[in-house]
Amino acid sequence: MIAAQAAASGPVIPNFGGGSKCVVENHAFCWGWVNAHWGDTLQPALVQHVELTGIAVGIGFAIAFSAALVAYRRRWLSGPIEGFSALLYTIPSLALFQILVPFTGITTTTVEVALVAYTLVMLFPNIVAGLNAVPAEALDVARAMGFTRRQTLLRVELPLALPAIVAGLRVAVVSTVSLATIAAFLLPKGLGYPIFLALKEPSPFRTEIYSAGALAVALALTADLLLVATRRVLAPWARRSPA
Amino acid sequence: MEHVSKRYSGSEAAAVSDLSLTIEAGELCVLVGPSGCGKTTTLRMINRLTTLDSGEIMIDGRSTLTTTVTELRRGIGYVIQEGGLFPHMTVAGNIGTVPRLLGWSRGDVKRRVAELLELAGLDISLAERYPAELSGGQRQRVGLARALAADPPLLLMDEPFNALDPVVRERLQDELLRLHRELAKTIVFVTHDVDEAIKLGNRIAILRQGGVLAQYDTPDSILAQPANEFVREFVGENRALRRLALRRLDQIDLAPAAKASSGLPTVSSSATVREAVSLMIETGTKALSVVDENGEARGSIRFDDAAGLLR
Repeated sequence: MIAAQAAASGPVIPNFGGGSKCVVENHAFCWGWVNAHWGDTLQPALVQHVELTGIAVGIGFAIAFSAALVAYRRRWLSGPIEGFSALLYTIPSLALFQILVPFTGITTTTVEVALVAYTLVMLFPNIVAGLNAVPAEALDVARAMGFTRRQTLLRVELPLALPAIVAGLRVAVVSTVSLATIAAFLLPKGLGYPIFLALKEPSPFRTEIYSAGALAVALALTADLLLVATRRVLAPWARRSPA
Repeated sequence: MEHVSKRYSGSEAAAVSDLSLTIEAGELCVLVGPSGCGKTTTLRMINRLTTLDSGEIMIDGRSTLTTTVTELRRGIGYVIQEGGLFPHMTVAGNIGTVPRLLGWSRGDVKRRVAELLELAGLDISLAERYPAELSGGQRQRVGLARALAADPPLLLMDEPFNALDPVVRERLQDELLRLHRELAKTIVFVTHDVDEAIKLGNRIAILRQGGVLAQYDTPDSILAQPANEFVREFVGENRALRRLALRRLDQIDLAPAAKASSGLPTVSSSATVREAVSLMIETGTKALSVVDENGEARGSIRFDDAAGLLR
């Protein structure tokens, strides 16, 4: 009886008057929804996502770079640091959130700590490998021409390691863009959040998932292209990326 | 720079043991010997790339330990195989390295780079190329130009021409001799190739295993009087002919010019005595008429005169 009444009175999902036919009938993809919610949902999520990724890769790079410089001078440190960063990487992200929450609470810091931890395994080995791959003759000649250690690092070793460093950054950026979507399990932030909300619906609204997902992919590709362009400008001598 | 005298004492491994030699300013001194004879180690001790265990190296009467290591090295040119160029710098960037380290102004560096490109026989259009875009010979020339950039009085060269094909190698050897004549630099040159040593050196130090000096003399004396069996064997066969190759016709006393009607084959005065002898054998004559680059008769040379030069 109730079913019959409901059928008679229209769709089960209440229509608050804003949805188009596409949205109401839950089609695969609705441009109308994207247009309507760009300003209040997608754009803020994208900006938050860029922030989450940028901060994570930035801090991760600073840590990995410092550690790589130390490990480059003291080779025996390289193995343990790499092992430690790989170990961090094996911790499932949701579990890592759980471990961190008692210390840092349900905050952006918790998400960033986790994301930073994951970048290390991609950045550290690449930077170390890049430095170690600097040709011995170049170092020999630099020494013979009277470069100080610092000058050798700044003018010879780092420029020559640059393509490998950029290769590491590319992997780190792309994977962090992807990983950052899981921040939504903790915080209403980033492109993961619209996906998270839609998945919680009994019948998930796919446009939200597809558009947020597509934005994440576009963000990763754009960042990757920017890094490739940067390498071309800064290391015009490197025809091909060594990685 | 008046005197370079150095004395090393080897470690227990004795890469170089108790070696003493004096290299006169302006000389091109070649260190030659089989692998493991310590010639490269010796070279690298001069600019302190390798530290010496004992003994002392003096440049211009001053121990190399009295200046800071960077200051010392900036005053000594260094050339290695394939030029040892920085792959991430252009040709101009590579050549300007030491002047930039010394704090020259941008304009001065640029002028110097242009000057050196010309000196090294390189086209100015190569200035913006990267080393990967050059041929082996060009890379070597850039390496040499870079070593000369700050006009150091002393140049160290560690088997610089090894990776080059014979034709390019010979051309670069000739250019090095020309530069040595023009610039009056003191050059210490390491090679394992005796022929290269004989061709280039004013003096040759032959080293044997463990960095022991087997003989230190002019190429001619080494060929004429090998100090011991090791040197004799190392230098190899045809010593007499190779000595003749060290003498050019315009450097020796010639017999009076033969009469124009004598019909003798002619040979250029810039040829070596060895080439003259070879020509005599080829043409079946006992004498040649020597002419200068204008075709003017300068004298004549007989087979017996050539042989007599070595006595």
